[in-house]
Amino acid sequence: MAEVARPVEAGAQAAGAVRVAAAAKDALLAALVAGFLAVPILAYRTIDGQTSLELVERWPLVALAVGSVFAGRLLLNLYWSAEHVPGAGAFAAGLAPLRFALGGLGRYLGPIVVALAFALPFMPFSNRYIMDLGILVLTYVMLGWGLNVVVGLAGLLDLGYVAFYAVGAYSYALLSQHLGLSFWICLPLAGILAAFWGILLGFPVLRLRGDYLAIVTLAFGEIIRIILVNWQPVTGGPNGLSGISRPSFFGLEFKADCEPGTFCGFFGVAHSPLYRIVFLYYIILVLALVTNFVTIRLRRLPVGRAWEALREDEVACRSLGINTVNTKLTAFAIGAMFAGIAGSFFATKQGFISPESFVFMESAIILAIVVLGGMGSQMGIAAAALAMTAGVELFREFELYRMLVFGIAMVLMMIWRPRGLVGSRTPSIALKDRKAISSDLVKEGHG
Amino acid sequence: MTAPAAATDLPVLKVDHLTMRFGGLVAVDDVSFAARPGDITALIGPNGAGKTTVFNCLTGFYKPSVGMITMTRRNGSRFLLERLDDFRINQYAGVARTFQNIRLFPGMTCLENLLVSQHNTLMKASGFTFAGLIGLASYRAAEKAAIDRACHWLEKVALIDRADDAAGDLSYGDQRRLEIARAMCTGPELLCLDEPAAGLNPRESQELNALLLAIRKEEGISILLIEHDMGVVMGISDRIVVLDYGRKIADGTPAEVRADQAVIAAYLGVADDEVAAAEAEIAQ
Repeated sequence: MAEVARPVEAGAQAAGAVRVAAAAKDALLAALVAGFLAVPILAYRTIDGQTSLELVERWPLVALAVGSVFAGRLLLNLYWSAEHVPGAGAFAAGLAPLRFALGGLGRYLGPIVVALAFALPFMPFSNRYIMDLGILVLTYVMLGWGLNVVVGLAGLLDLGYVAFYAVGAYSYALLSQHLGLSFWICLPLAGILAAFWGILLGFPVLRLRGDYLAIVTLAFGEIIRIILVNWQPVTGGPNGLSGISRPSFFGLEFKADCEPGTFCGFFGVAHSPLYRIVFLYYIILVLALVTNFVTIRLRRLPVGRAWEALREDEVACRSLGINTVNTKLTAFAIGAMFAGIAGSFFATKQGFISPESFVFMESAIILAIVVLGGMGSQMGIAAAALAMTAGVELFREFELYRMLVFGIAMVLMMIWRPRGLVGSRTPSIALKDRKAISSDLVKEGHG
Repeated sequence: MTAPAAATDLPVLKVDHLTMRFGGLVAVDDVSFAARPGDITALIGPNGAGKTTVFNCLTGFYKPSVGMITMTRRNGSRFLLERLDDFRINQYAGVARTFQNIRLFPGMTCLENLLVSQHNTLMKASGFTFAGLIGLASYRAAEKAAIDRACHWLEKVALIDRADDAAGDLSYGDQRRLEIARAMCTGPELLCLDEPAAGLNPRESQELNALLLAIRKEEGISILLIEHDMGVVMGISDRIVVLDYGRKIADGTPAEVRADQAVIAAYLGVADDEVAAAEAEIAQ
């Protein structure tokens, strides 16, 4: 027995030595990279001297950084080697129930979340800040759901989505200022106008795919913003439009004087600015839910199935007699309509709009919400909108590290859940039972 | 001059002088043939002979450089396919096709695949979405009919048990059959199959033969197929058109084509002494 065991032991020892050597080599490489990074960042620091700018050398700091990277990498290699990565497996396993909860139990989760959202203003902890945050989150939820039609269902990458948001906001502001139309009339009008612009954008990009589509939509977003900045007589230029009228509660205004025609006068309660905020909160909640309802409904209609088929294979669609031009245009139009409605809500909530609110960063955030949530999944997008807006708000305290945390979170997501929080597709119809379809099979679309 | 043929005797598909050029390359050169109603017409030829190019011209994916393609439907209406948009060829002219490299919607279930192919019918029934959005009973009835039709075809291709599985999860042979079912769900009068037996084992090829014959018999439609599997071609075709280097070299029944010298030369090459004779001729 011992004779047999000895060579095995020797083999194990040799293997161990090889492993240590490989680990040390890898750690050395990591230390080298750390050195390259640390020298320009850490080695010198400029400080204001009495007469001029002075240079302070901080070589010990560089040594510390390089040394800690080497030691850390070595330990990681030796005790957490690739053969038994406990982290990745455990993390994936930990996420599995979450995914199940988000996808499979969505039926129960949905109503619970909606009920919580309706009850939010009456919660003991609710205050002005919470309500404002709720409105912000819900606006992004609605925008995410709207963009989901274009990106998630039809597979058309749209980087200029904020343009339609802007069209909706300015439509409401201009219609109410010049024609004196009320919010409730302007809301559908803003949606229709934005849908019209969606079709207008749709025509030139019909033949474009992938990167080219992304670039043209990005440019479209910028064109709208630049028009808003420069068309001073109409849009007020960089100064924007102010004094946009607020929505009334079935004809009752929210005013502090409590006259007969106002909300507090009618109900005989003391005036509080919170009433209007709560009212706005319910408006956006209902608008978001309508968006959700319509999207879910559309997905089960021929037009929705054609969107998804378009994402899967455009050539096959055409061979089956589907007019891909109309299908793409309806996707753009419906996505834009939701953005327009959200935009007109934004205008009435803020009372003031300027091109500043419609920069590319907004488009990027909305797209990130759709991608993070899992393309095509309503629940995932709502969760992602919550994380991206409320989560970022929570980190306000750590202003300096906020973007860092955000970046790390994005990288981790791309490693472990590249297809978003809900990485599976639910079929729009089932003969017997609805089985979630793995994201490996579902295409992202090529534009 | 003969008297004009009755509508039923007209070829369902008539291709006249079809030429397709890509720059300097002539992929299809002055090809004319006709497919009679209810026939299975096979288009064969060595690799690169231009068979798929002919298909792409028929189904509107290419616009032919020269030529006329006439589709005659059962009700007598005629369509010039080279003038129609690709999606209208399916919608109006009743031509459906499958692809050499299967093009299903892999992330959608088999049932969804078959419902997508009934898009135009369902779109009309849903009042272009508006009636469907408010859930009118007429739309629900139409959807029910579409599901029944899809189930009928799933049963026909023996995939009914997998109706709720993603199309991308099916095996290769199953995917081929699903693609045929999807094309049939559009209600075509001419079914164009691009190498339906490619990658199938002999037993699956036999099943495919039976399926195609059953489709022809029950639906009374015409089939045009490109195929390399001679077992399939000779077994079920009524008429065979042979292409080589973009030209038509033979056209006739399987027996005629099998005996045709030009076809044998194209497929098997010619004997060495004949080559020598030809070279000597050129040298003179």
